[in-house]
Amino acid sequence: MPAYTLSVNGRRQRVTAPADMPLLWVVRDLLGLTGTKFGCGIGQCRSCTVHMNGSAVFSCQIPVASAEGQEITTIEGLSPDSSHPLQRAWIGEDVPQCGYCQSGQLMSAASLLAQNPTPSDADIDRAMANNICRCGTYNRIRRAIHRAAKEMAG
Amino acid sequence: MSAPTSTLSRRQFLEISSAAGAGLLIGFHLEGRTAAAATLAADINAWVRIGTDDIVTLLVSESEMGQGVLTSLPMILAEELEADWSKVRSEHAPTDATKYGRQSTGGSTSIRTNYDKLRQVGAAAREMLIDAAAQTWRVDRRTCRAQNGAVRHEPTGRRLRYGQLAERAASVTPPENPPLKDRKDFRLIGKAVKRLDTPSKVNGSAIFGIDVTVPGMLVAQVAHPPAFGGRVERFDASAALAVPGVRHVVEIPTGIAVVAEHFWAAKQGRDALRVTWNDGGHGGLSSARIAAMLREIVDRGVEARNDGDVAAAVAGAANTVEAVYELPYLAHATMEPMNCTADVRADRCEIWAPTQAPSGTQQVGAGITGLPPERVTVHTTLLGGGFGRRSQTDFVADAVHTSKAVGAPVKVIWTREDDTRGGHYRPPAYNRLVGALSRDGRPVAWEHRIASPSILEAFGPLRDAVDRSSVEGAANMPYAIPNVRVTYAKADLPITLWFWRSVGSSLNAFVVESFVDELAAAAGADPVEFRLRLLAEHPRHRRVLTVAAEKAGWTTPPPAGRARGVAVHEAFGSIVAEVAEVSLRPDRTVRVHRVVCAVDCGDVVNPDTIVAQMESGIAYGLSAALYGEIHIAGGGAVEGNFDTYPVLRIDEMPAVETHIVTSGDPLGGIGEPGTPPIAPAVTNALYALTGTRIRKLPIGTVA
Repeated sequence: MPAYTLSVNGRRQRVTAPADMPLLWVVRDLLGLTGTKFGCGIGQCRSCTVHMNGSAVFSCQIPVASAEGQEITTIEGLSPDSSHPLQRAWIGEDVPQCGYCQSGQLMSAASLLAQNPTPSDADIDRAMANNICRCGTYNRIRRAIHRAAKEMAG
Repeated sequence: MSAPTSTLSRRQFLEISSAAGAGLLIGFHLEGRTAAAATLAADINAWVRIGTDDIVTLLVSESEMGQGVLTSLPMILAEELEADWSKVRSEHAPTDATKYGRQSTGGSTSIRTNYDKLRQVGAAAREMLIDAAAQTWRVDRRTCRAQNGAVRHEPTGRRLRYGQLAERAASVTPPENPPLKDRKDFRLIGKAVKRLDTPSKVNGSAIFGIDVTVPGMLVAQVAHPPAFGGRVERFDASAALAVPGVRHVVEIPTGIAVVAEHFWAAKQGRDALRVTWNDGGHGGLSSARIAAMLREIVDRGVEARNDGDVAAAVAGAANTVEAVYELPYLAHATMEPMNCTADVRADRCEIWAPTQAPSGTQQVGAGITGLPPERVTVHTTLLGGGFGRRSQTDFVADAVHTSKAVGAPVKVIWTREDDTRGGHYRPPAYNRLVGALSRDGRPVAWEHRIASPSILEAFGPLRDAVDRSSVEGAANMPYAIPNVRVTYAKADLPITLWFWRSVGSSLNAFVVESFVDELAAAAGADPVEFRLRLLAEHPRHRRVLTVAAEKAGWTTPPPAGRARGVAVHEAFGSIVAEVAEVSLRPDRTVRVHRVVCAVDCGDVVNPDTIVAQMESGIAYGLSAALYGEIHIAGGGAVEGNFDTYPVLRIDEMPAVETHIVTSGDPLGGIGEPGTPPIAPAVTNALYALTGTRIRKLPIGTVA
């Protein structure tokens, strides 16, 4: 079985895995980073969103072979101490209910704000419509993104 | 201080102990069950720990699935305890019938069943801590006051924190009837307190069932029969076993388990598995066949309610209205697919499960292993959504069977397709309605015939042949009509059913609130006015209806191209009215812009939780109303993933405005009652907009 060197949350780690094993299961089952969630396996719900070189990707559709040499960030690496403005805004708006999808929501939102520091509601709809939340926390997600954007603008 | 709301003696619900260094440990009896005196000491179903480190921990026997019990229940305790909220923690209790009674979360009951008891326990602990302080200082206890996690001696300003007092308090005699706080002095109850579990849910550290790791654990997928009632005929495991990482392929009573080193290998192995399935004789079953069957039996139901003489009233009426309403099977589609971890050994079994039914999980473990329940340890993890689905234990059985078969700890994870096709659906229903109006537009007769398979017969024979869950919200519809008849005809189908957020109300609110709107239209009356006239005996319904209508601007015209619809429904002791404002897109699909919601749940513990649960219930009900449908073909479910079973996304989420109407009535539930009114509020708005009455869900495109 092939071996890959991955850079996850700034740490280089070697894993042995089949080339087609999705990054999702590599980080969860081989690296023990369980914050990234499995929801659908077909890129429909984006619970598995991570960053690859700073952009949101759905890790259930990224074979480990193509993740080698890329900078991967999972929810555990979004900030060392839950201090990312989005994490603070998520707490401020009490966004999560069951919480299962929220890692993916946060990673999608972080990618959005990195590219567009002052998103409109329509921008949020476009960037976040791929992320499903069955508890219906969408209005709080929207408020929290605006809140974080405002804070980041200083 | 007000008088205690009940007079449980300490012997009935308190057990006090202090292990060296552990502080104060209070066990108490949450559900008010009566028990023989001899078993009182053991008959305890929750614990509070006050540590020497000042940390107050409530062990919660209800499951946290997003509804906020890990926050709202400790709030009630902390209020009376005068605890420092920053020092309050909560965690799931272990599963132990001898300590906690039957542990099961459902029916929107957590606050309702625990409110009084948690206040009493908090008050008792507070009085004991005051006693401990008074003894320490050798002062009159009446000069001491509990405040923010400490007791203060008022004349001298001396102060001892609860952690410093906990051990001494453990030796104090608990008060018989501790005084409860006057509600005007509440600091926590009624306030929008932040959830205790949010921090762990923003950094990936929260542990759901799917995140459980046990040393030596393998990961499995289970191939289930595609047809309900089907079985394995034969299978060839050779290709599956050839997949690197696959360790075992075993047949278990629920299907074939492919057990591997990790999920991906299990999936590859399962994809390579060759199975010949038996269809259980149901291969010919389809959605069309089921709809025909329901239509066929609908007029042969038994009475669930019969007031007056419907037939005579219809015969003599000036105007009659008839309609048929149909609702589909629905899957729960929790965000976290079903999963469970089990470690079966010769002399014990350990289970980690995201479950609403810890006690049921323990029973399944005991039943499969043959071990006594006390040898089966159940750990309740966080639940990635529940909505009723997780009070089933089919996924627990998969894990226990598999671990038992391979002799290792096993985590079984269902794929999304397994989850969607796994049954235990919200039942479908076919409804035939007849309404009659007098010459002056007063409704004089209401007949509602329901055909639906039964959830409750899984628990035993139905009383009077009526499934009470199938007629809830219909047999007790609140409108004052002199002649009312509601019947239920049970369909026998092999497709497994279960409780789906708000259960029968999720079906019947759509039917009743649509049909009352039809009668209003036939009478030429305003939908709100028409309802209010028929709700003279239901002041709480009137109040929420009035508030929702006012706040939605019911009497003012909606923005161009939009229309409003209304619905009101009582479920689980709470009454909710919703006004939806909708428009149609050029492709004739529906856009719901705004929902104004008024809720009367009696009293309020955490208003932000109520607001969140209304938003959540509306989003959940809207997913079902707009898209939700499980089709049946070949005896099994057709839809598999979110591409074919779509759910609401952020760009479809309406603005939601919630108004809490406190009535001083008994506490009602809050997890479910937000769901039932949304579908009829939307379809009634569509009628107002287009003149087209939607009588079949999901809505899809509007003709």
